Amino acid sequence: MATKTELSVSVGTPAEEAGLKPFKVTLNIRRYNPETGDEAFWQDFDVELYATDRVLDALHKIKWEQDGSLAFRRSCAHGVCGSDAMRINGRNRLACKTLIKDLDITQPIYVEAIKGLPLEKDLIVDMEPFFESFREVQPFLVSNTPPAGGRERLQSIAERERFDDTTKCILCAACTTSCPVFWTDGQYFGPAAIVNAHRFIFDSRDENAAARLEILNDKEGVWRCRTTFNCTDACPRGIQVTKAIAEVKAAVVRGRP
Amino acid sequence: MSNGQTRTKPAKGQGGTLYRGNTGMWSWVLHRVTGIGIFFFLIEHVLSTALIRVSPEAYNAVIGTYKTPIFGLVEVGLVAAIGFHALNGLRVMLIDFWSKGAKYQKAMLWIAIVIWAILMIGFTPRHLMNVFAEMMGA
Ligand code: SF4
Ligand code: FES
Repeated sequence: MATKTELSVSVGTPAEEAGLKPFKVTLNIRRYNPETGDEAFWQDFDVELYATDRVLDALHKIKWEQDGSLAFRRSCAHGVCGSDAMRINGRNRLACKTLIKDLDITQPIYVEAIKGLPLEKDLIVDMEPFFESFREVQPFLVSNTPPAGGRERLQSIAERERFDDTTKCILCAACTTSCPVFWTDGQYFGPAAIVNAHRFIFDSRDENAAARLEILNDKEGVWRCRTTFNCTDACPRGIQVTKAIAEVKAAVVRGRP
Repeated sequence: MSNGQTRTKPAKGQGGTLYRGNTGMWSWVLHRVTGIGIFFFLIEHVLSTALIRVSPEAYNAVIGTYKTPIFGLVEVGLVAAIGFHALNGLRVMLIDFWSKGAKYQKAMLWIAIVIWAILMIGFTPRHLMNVFAEMMGA
């Protein structure tokens, strides 16, 4: 047996080790508990945070140190999975991508669930209507012809570039739930579904554009878009959402991509 | 463990805070408001014009009230609303059907507002002069 080696276990975050001082930040969180039957209410929490912390870190501190009943979703904590879209100071953002230093901490930070989807608990909403619209646009490659040469479906750089922007979507719902049309008309497909339709409509390998364009020509389709640009502003992936929707509108009018 | 001090208060309204949208959202709100305003004007316009079939006297009486200075001011508001709605409407069409429209949407909003302001500066003094000249003459 090897002798026991001394492991140097670091106890703090890099910020603590660098000798940085934390400061007090107040978070005002909109809570809702379906079990009590009470209305939603605002609750504020004081947390010690570093400038390098994110809103997600603040939520963790609250949940782990102050109030374990606080409910929110997160998985990757690095802007990849799309679990933690929420309304931070009145705008849809990912908690894991919003740095404390970018917010005005002389005021409390307001955190609430995204709007327009059924509220389940605290910061958690029912995403099912959102995913239902997503599934309806057939977000997968459809081709009825065998690939040329029998192996791969080749694509030029320009053809791939055509839909590059809309491949970046992580389905966080920040765009759809920032849309005033979606808030009042939950039947509207919403920006995210259109973005994911765009991704296949403009893919040169796909052969189902006509069907998707027909689906989106529906009363609740692209024509519901009123170009408020809230979606473009909210997208954590920087997708030009309104532009993508406009391109689908033009394709619907043309009748082809 | 931090101080754990928490205070609670009821959330105002079910929807939470007002969504802090950008110029795009506010121009849409304004487009809606002016659109609805113009719609009611049109209804009123059709109704009062239809009065002439009921009785010319009633028609004249109604039209007479439109010649008062108060309606002169209302007319300024109406022209302002139609002007904004028309110019922003052009912007919205360009956003949808000009390939660079989405990119320049903000610039186009400012251009629309500048053109609107120039039109209003040209229209308002002249119109009000006419309105008040009419009032003095009457
Ligand atoms: S388009 Fe952007 S905001 Fe909308 S779901 Fe995808 S990643 Fe989220
Ligand atoms: S937790 Fe995965 S995107 Fe924020």
